[in-house]
Amino acid sequence: MTSVPPAAAAVRPGARQAARRVGKRLSGRAASAVAIVIAVLWTTPTFGLFLSSLRPEDQIKTTGWWSFFSDPQLTLENYREVLFGTSSSSGKMAGFLINSIVITIPSVLFPLAFAAFAAYALAWVPFRGRNGIYIGVFALQVVPLQMALVPLLSFFSEGVSVFGLQLMPAWELEGPARFAQVWFAHTCFALPFGVFLLHNFMSELPGELIEAARVDGAGHGVIFRRVVLPLIAPALATFGIFQFLWVWNDLLVALIFAGGTSESAPMTVRLAQMAGTRGNEWQRLTAGAFVSLVIPLAVFLSMQRYFVRGLLAGGVKG
Amino acid sequence: MSLLSRPARTALVAGTAGLALVAAGCGSSEPSAPAAGGGTSAACAPFEKFGKHDGKKVSVYSSIRDTEADLFQQTWMPFEKCTGMKITYEGAGEFEAQIQVRSDGGNPPDLAFFPQPGLLQRFVAAGRLKPAPAEVKRLAEQNWSPDWAKYGTVDGTFYAAPLGASVKSFVWYSPGMFKEKGWAVPKTWDELMTLTDTIAGTGVKPWCAGIESGEATGWPATDWIEDVLLRELGPEGYDDWVAHKIPFNAPEVVAAVDKVGAILKNERFVNGGYGPVKSIAGTAFQEGGVPITEGRCALHRQASFYANFWPEGTTVAEDGDVFAFYLPGNDPAEKPVLGAGEFVGAFTDRPEVQAVQAYLATGDHANARMKLGTYVSANKGVDIANAQNPIDRLSIEMLHDPDTVFRFDGSDLMPAAVGAGTFWKGMTDWINGKDTTTVLDFIEASWPAS
Repeated sequence: MTSVPPAAAAVRPGARQAARRVGKRLSGRAASAVAIVIAVLWTTPTFGLFLSSLRPEDQIKTTGWWSFFSDPQLTLENYREVLFGTSSSSGKMAGFLINSIVITIPSVLFPLAFAAFAAYALAWVPFRGRNGIYIGVFALQVVPLQMALVPLLSFFSEGVSVFGLQLMPAWELEGPARFAQVWFAHTCFALPFGVFLLHNFMSELPGELIEAARVDGAGHGVIFRRVVLPLIAPALATFGIFQFLWVWNDLLVALIFAGGTSESAPMTVRLAQMAGTRGNEWQRLTAGAFVSLVIPLAVFLSMQRYFVRGLLAGGVKG
Repeated sequence: MSLLSRPARTALVAGTAGLALVAAGCGSSEPSAPAAGGGTSAACAPFEKFGKHDGKKVSVYSSIRDTEADLFQQTWMPFEKCTGMKITYEGAGEFEAQIQVRSDGGNPPDLAFFPQPGLLQRFVAAGRLKPAPAEVKRLAEQNWSPDWAKYGTVDGTFYAAPLGASVKSFVWYSPGMFKEKGWAVPKTWDELMTLTDTIAGTGVKPWCAGIESGEATGWPATDWIEDVLLRELGPEGYDDWVAHKIPFNAPEVVAAVDKVGAILKNERFVNGGYGPVKSIAGTAFQEGGVPITEGRCALHRQASFYANFWPEGTTVAEDGDVFAFYLPGNDPAEKPVLGAGEFVGAFTDRPEVQAVQAYLATGDHANARMKLGTYVSANKGVDIANAQNPIDRLSIEMLHDPDTVFRFDGSDLMPAAVGAGTFWKGMTDWINGKDTTTVLDFIEASWPAS
């Protein structure tokens, strides 16, 4: 909390001063005390959830987690059931975990790559209608993805036809091939925000840098790869983490485009089924929540450095 | 021990079925098939009438998931093996919303198990569902009472055969407690109220209830109202009320709701084990009846499926820790039963889909499913001897009784804005202290105009 990482090198000096001022104010004693109180308050429910996940079923169902302190009983039964409990319809959690990874990684890399290309073109390749396109992409962020679900689904299952003329055939994917639909959907939904974020970042880069590279004979490809990409690494990481968490936690898009079978459904779908038809097994949910939390937590902790840097750089942009 | 052996057993079953599938696959492609398949053909004899559908796939979508879904899939295994088709099953808690999205997006499943006839009707009205083939219609007429078949029929055309069922008109109690205190199971509503009063006199709050259920909070209270309305208005009156021919705030409805209020809103009678009346709204329905096992409550009105919610180690039997009796009406001679169930609707009419539809409507399917675990069906082909526990047996006896008049849970038949919206919310407000007329006026005003 006390050490705010230095802002990215490309940020203007004014912004750096502002960041320093904020840093100084946040490291005071009173601020630290407040921060600790907030941290404790915000961690308590998570701690309660964690404690719950370790309590026996009948205890979870009859008393609150705080009664643990008067009657401590711990068991790993919930975790055993969640991780290794087999069900012929859905298999083990591990299978869904792999599905989740298979869905998430391309769904992060595709938008990351496309958004970076688009943002570069919109920021540094002069062409007619550039601003119009940028505003259009920016405006797309307002469209809720729920509106696009049905059209996108019929695009996959019926193709595109205008006045009876079939312009694009249906995808007709089955089984594991349905992953492609989920990747496609997540990429579509992520692009507006990705382009917006990376464009903001790229257009902040000093023009001299790009010009110097061009004088040295570099084309757009080289400039993008050698100059721009290394400089916007924090922004890429920020967007990557956002997108990762969003896709990992997503249930809606996966339910519609991946279906609920063990061939292609991610872990969130399994978690939602796990409580049983009438919610009579809800004691499994606490343990399930923690199992699903492990990977995002690891990703976040290992990339946290970039995350804070990227956020700050975006935040103090004037 | 039993927990450890369960996955192993499932794996064994799956493995055996897989082997058999391979064997069947090899057999059909080779000329020496009859000799090799001699053993299986006897097992396959009951499935011959459904034909051969080698390599065909049928997708099934429903709101049944986890353990119950596994049991269905195990039930289908011999059918799949013998007909050569593959049934892909998918269960989701978001069934009601998802089925709409999938159907709109041109990607519906082949078959869907609709838990609400109202939703089924909406899909029929939109022209999405195929009418049931003649064979399914014949099986449904043969296996289900007209009360049931009616709910799968829209505008005179039969669309969906019923599948499972649950009986809602039950009051759970502790046989041990009743025996010890010398209480008898009431046969009429008056006896029930006298018993309630007697129990309250002993210092125990007689009834316990819980209506919290996430976004569906309030539904257990609507079941209460429906059960009493069915007794007060009679089956025809109940149908009129569901169809909104009797307004929600009509005097007879007010009277019925107040009759429930005499129990649920009386501080002397509720909420055993939990506290005052208002604690009903905050108690999860899954836990509503649990105080019975602790002796802090005597009666809990909830459906037959509540058998799954008792704490581990509770015996559900006539002479066990808990059991249920029929929620009595004014006249012991009349036995209207409130219940719910699923209906198998078809979005496509390929031969293999119709074969599955026909199989699901047979008594064989219901019996096979019952042998695997707790299950209730109103199918007349069901052999009561296959019931896995006393409460299933009691439910099936009630459903099979020719004197029983069956009515479906009204909130599943009404427009969703009311049945899955204001009715739930209104009853929650009612528990929380609003008076009957205000609540019923509110629900009446929310009924869609068209």
